[in-house]
Amino acid sequence: MPPLLKLILIRLGLGLLTLFLVTIVVFIATQGLPGDAARAILGKEATNVARYEALREELGLDRPMLTQYTSWLAGVATGDFGTSLVGGGQKVTTLLGSRVANSAMLVFLAALVSIPISIVLGATSAIWRDSRFDNVVNLGNLSLAALPEFVIGIVLVLIFATAVFKWLPSVSNINALVPLTQQMWLFVLPVATLVLAVIPYVSRMLRASTVEVLESEYVMMARLKGISESRVLWHHALPNAIVPTIQVIAINIAWLAGGIVTVEYLFGFPGIGSALVDAVANRDMPVVQALVLLVAAVYVVLNLIADILTILISPRLRTGLR
Amino acid sequence: MSGKDDASLSPLQPVETLEPMEPLGDVPLEAKSRREWVQTAIGAWSLRRTKVGVAAFAALFAIAVFGRFVAPYEPDEFVGPPFSVPAAGYWFGTDFLGRDVLTRVLHGGLSVLSLGIAATLIGIVLGVSLGLVSGYARRWLDETIMRMLDVVLAFPSIVLAMLFVSILGPRLWLIVLMVGISHMPRIARVTRAATVELAGRDFVRAAVAVGVPKRKILLFEVLPNISSPLLVEFGLRLTYSIIMIAGLSFLGFGIQPPAADWGLMINENRIGITVQPWAVVAPVVLIGALTVSTNLMADGLARAMMGIDRDTAVT
Repeated sequence: MPPLLKLILIRLGLGLLTLFLVTIVVFIATQGLPGDAARAILGKEATNVARYEALREELGLDRPMLTQYTSWLAGVATGDFGTSLVGGGQKVTTLLGSRVANSAMLVFLAALVSIPISIVLGATSAIWRDSRFDNVVNLGNLSLAALPEFVIGIVLVLIFATAVFKWLPSVSNINALVPLTQQMWLFVLPVATLVLAVIPYVSRMLRASTVEVLESEYVMMARLKGISESRVLWHHALPNAIVPTIQVIAINIAWLAGGIVTVEYLFGFPGIGSALVDAVANRDMPVVQALVLLVAAVYVVLNLIADILTILISPRLRTGLR
Repeated sequence: MSGKDDASLSPLQPVETLEPMEPLGDVPLEAKSRREWVQTAIGAWSLRRTKVGVAAFAALFAIAVFGRFVAPYEPDEFVGPPFSVPAAGYWFGTDFLGRDVLTRVLHGGLSVLSLGIAATLIGIVLGVSLGLVSGYARRWLDETIMRMLDVVLAFPSIVLAMLFVSILGPRLWLIVLMVGISHMPRIARVTRAATVELAGRDFVRAAVAVGVPKRKILLFEVLPNISSPLLVEFGLRLTYSIIMIAGLSFLGFGIQPPAADWGLMINENRIGITVQPWAVVAPVVLIGALTVSTNLMADGLARAMMGIDRDTAVT
């Protein structure tokens, strides 16, 4: 087997292992801990032993733990997450379908806007290292990175939706019957919040890797050969600087999948984040399981893709194997 | 991270978590004074951003801890109609139930600050223990610990906390523990890297050669030498803990009503944001100032540790 393929297969195996362990954690947290779903649903009525036992049986909580896990996992593997405990017993998958689409759009737009801005900010502050511009960007990043997303979001709401200007809606009540493309204005503030929250990480990483590349011997060599500075930058420095950033970008997109929780809740955006908040508040375990698994899977898969891309792109890794 | 031989180029290594901060510097190359972290703190103090951070943090700390003693009312006292705009008697207006916003702001910082510090300490203790063991034991134990930590990383921290809150309910000990656990992987990795590096150094080998037990080597030879990165990590993690605890309270899974808490206040009063913005603005500004101040301190420490002495930074 070619070594490159072997490396990729090992990485793939590790990803699958992590996913498998993730399912165990999710299962234990939701079904394996004392204080089960039946008690949670019934609340004070749980003292009614007959009702409690009946509900436990209905939910399958009276079966041995391992049986519960395997049947749940078998369902998950075939895309069946069971039925929601609230809201008339709808299938979890039908309940979440449009919400997954909304959140995917939100994350996609946030990534689409934030990544180019971060790359430009990171690269320019590396090129003008220690300039006033660099310092301002650095301090801005430092502050933005420290602010919780919901704080950024509320400040945006105060400025653009309520207290200062009244340009944008402060609540993103998306109509499921109208195509998303026709209600884009409802995305503006949530996307802007996520963009501001992501920029610091990616731009700082890109600045660090660009600085490193600009100080490398091959860039010096290129300059000594008399190649124009812009060509050095675009052909020699930046492509190499972006490689380590791929992973940061991947993690940030994965982070967006988790960071949307507070942002969606803030804007009342009908996505998986607000669905998770509702499900946790209502103790709707099948929905919690499906959403947490989805978010963790997004993280694992994106990391996997980023790692494989890094293996394929970075010349040092490729040649090092031969 | 130095970027040369860490996660960025070794695909088998799990990648970094999201950090609200600068990357860390290299592991110390030789045994340093046990007071290494003091040196780092002194170095950090020479940076203007650290001073600004410390000053702001001290002010917010004072508000959170001593504010309650100068509060004009009781936190659960009704002083006027709900969502009254600022007026004489209630300078920041009233909240959604008609309680004094200023009083509740003065009472509401202690919870987020103390829970944040507690979560950070738990994260440090767990992470350092696992990192020391992992880095010193190597082989299968090392592999197992690192794989387990990868699993923790797969959950965004707030989602991890919510997962466990879903069945156990919003208990404070649970939230603090989950936030601490979410810090564990990163702290363990920093500690492990430093331990691996140090385990090969002569002074550790000498200690092994004269028969010092492992536990003592880890605690008295290795640990004091990673005090600087741990100090930086503490600052960083504190910022993140506060972000998460405040976030959980904002979502309704943290501090529960009728307690006064900055995160909870934002949630309770945001429906009145158009009528009485101050009930939201005040806690928002304080949470923001708190996290920015801790991050400024952490950044100052990180720079001091890396020896980047750039006083030119605008502040």
